[in-house]
Amino acid sequence: MNGATVFGRWFGRSWLSLGYLFLYLPILVLIVFSFNDSRQDMVWSGFSTRWYSALLVDAEIIAGFVLSLKIAVLAACASVVLGTFAAFALDRYSRFTGRVLFSSMVSAPLVMPEVIIGLSLLLMLVSVQKLFGFPERGMLTIWIGHTLLGMAYAAVVVRSRLQEMSKSLAEAAMDLGCRPHQVFFLVTLPNITQALASAWLLTFTLSLDDVVLSAFLSGPGSSTMPIVIFSRARLGLDPRVNAVAALTILVVTIAVIVSSVMLARAERRRQKQIAAAFEADAESLSSTIK
Amino acid sequence: MNTPSPAPVTAALLHLLTLRWLTGRRLVIGVPALWLAGAFLLPFLIVLRISFTEMEGAGFGSIVSYSDGLLQLKLKLSNYLFIASDDLYLLTYLSSLKYAAITTVLCLAIGYPFAYFMARARPTIRPVLMMLVMLPFWTSFLLRIYAWKGILANNGILNDLLQALGVIAQPLHMMHTPFSLVIGMLYAYLPFMILPLYANLVKMDVRLLEAAADLGATPLQTFWRITVPLSKSGIIAGAMLVFIPAMGEYVIPALLGGPETLMIGQVLWDEFFTNNDWPMASSVTVVMVLLILVPMAIFNKVQAGQQENA
Repeated sequence: MNGATVFGRWFGRSWLSLGYLFLYLPILVLIVFSFNDSRQDMVWSGFSTRWYSALLVDAEIIAGFVLSLKIAVLAACASVVLGTFAAFALDRYSRFTGRVLFSSMVSAPLVMPEVIIGLSLLLMLVSVQKLFGFPERGMLTIWIGHTLLGMAYAAVVVRSRLQEMSKSLAEAAMDLGCRPHQVFFLVTLPNITQALASAWLLTFTLSLDDVVLSAFLSGPGSSTMPIVIFSRARLGLDPRVNAVAALTILVVTIAVIVSSVMLARAERRRQKQIAAAFEADAESLSSTIK
Repeated sequence: MNTPSPAPVTAALLHLLTLRWLTGRRLVIGVPALWLAGAFLLPFLIVLRISFTEMEGAGFGSIVSYSDGLLQLKLKLSNYLFIASDDLYLLTYLSSLKYAAITTVLCLAIGYPFAYFMARARPTIRPVLMMLVMLPFWTSFLLRIYAWKGILANNGILNDLLQALGVIAQPLHMMHTPFSLVIGMLYAYLPFMILPLYANLVKMDVRLLEAAADLGATPLQTFWRITVPLSKSGIIAGAMLVFIPAMGEYVIPALLGGPETLMIGQVLWDEFFTNNDWPMASSVTVVMVLLILVPMAIFNKVQAGQQENA
């Protein structure tokens, strides 16, 4: 090994380490300072769990959390259904009228600044409300916004899985006489469950976290948790927010690790079954030849 | 003109009522298309319409009116003229472009080597490295931005650390400056740059690099003349994923920015929430959409190209 490769490896490792330090520093700070006894901003004055107890009696945050959770579950479900439909349409049908418009509308919310989406959706909903007296700003309108955003993310996740999946599976099923809906429920769906699960988790966290869309679409008395946190964060530092952060990070980390371990295990099992099926097939083939 | 005989009419009605027209294809395309038309396209058209009106009392005017047997279409350009003539808007658009560009360049400068080293790591640890980039992405964006307030404040962690190390005597003023804004933007958007670049670099055919080395290229030459050109689509995708949302960012400048770092997302927000001027907010939005139209088109092209190649 020469000097250049040693230097290269050392340089690569330091770059990665510094990058990860940058990505994780704020998270560490939030966790550490959630146990800080001081009311004062960021001056350490001893270990305490008082902000966690303060959180338990903070009605505003608790109400926001319950509302956020409800919206996130509903938005994640709707996003995954709509996103799967859109991913299917783009994967299966290479030509239909308006496909270019359709595909750009599916991916636009990924990058479109949220202030634009939020303002336009709100102005439309206000116009609709003027005409029909419905819907009031609140949970329903926030749900519409989050579903629009989540659908774009779900479509990307599901579509990349559909592309990885070999087309021959579906074709084989059709050759064996499956109707299109049978192919979908018996072949395609079991193969994309993982992607659906990760799309659900992703859209769930997106919704749980969203500030801008929620701020535009919420009405009086329907403040989600991020709205509450954002309005406090604008005023300054609030140690209770650190406690919320530490709890969210704990829950999310556990959920992500558990789900990825489970998904990896399921994938390995599936691969093994496929391999076993091929082996059995090869054996029966060779015995017929004999 | 012949009136259609009753039989085809009944047949057509039956066809409609029994949902026989509802094939899988129509359902799969139609449901998301209807949803997007209603929740994405229609709202834009409404914003466009409102941007040509003015506030009238508690609401806004109408662009189409009917009087004296004439259908009139009145487009009021006053909002646009105001945006064009008032320095505040012009400067804010420019500063949004500036900060979005700075963020994109910094993300690329830091993210490219990062993604490159990830892709060249041992295959067994690559999923872990990938997971570690994704994990902060799953935890609340708002809270992670909020954390920077505590790090960069005058009595914050960074100042304490630098003072303890004896690097500085007086705390540096970092919060609510262009510096804190750029750090926050870089922090929030870095994963969006790393992920497409990594996806691209990890698929690269290593034999090409070996061939270049065999033909006498130095590692640096190989990098600039083989690796970088081959990862062009990843660079463009990452740059657009950072630049476009950064243009309209609201939360980061609101929490970490200061008076000198006004961005257009904040102006839109204030027109809407503070001034309650919906037509003006709509015009600001329309101009913003025009500014990101070209980057959006590039993004769509890259996105479509990647999916056809996959």
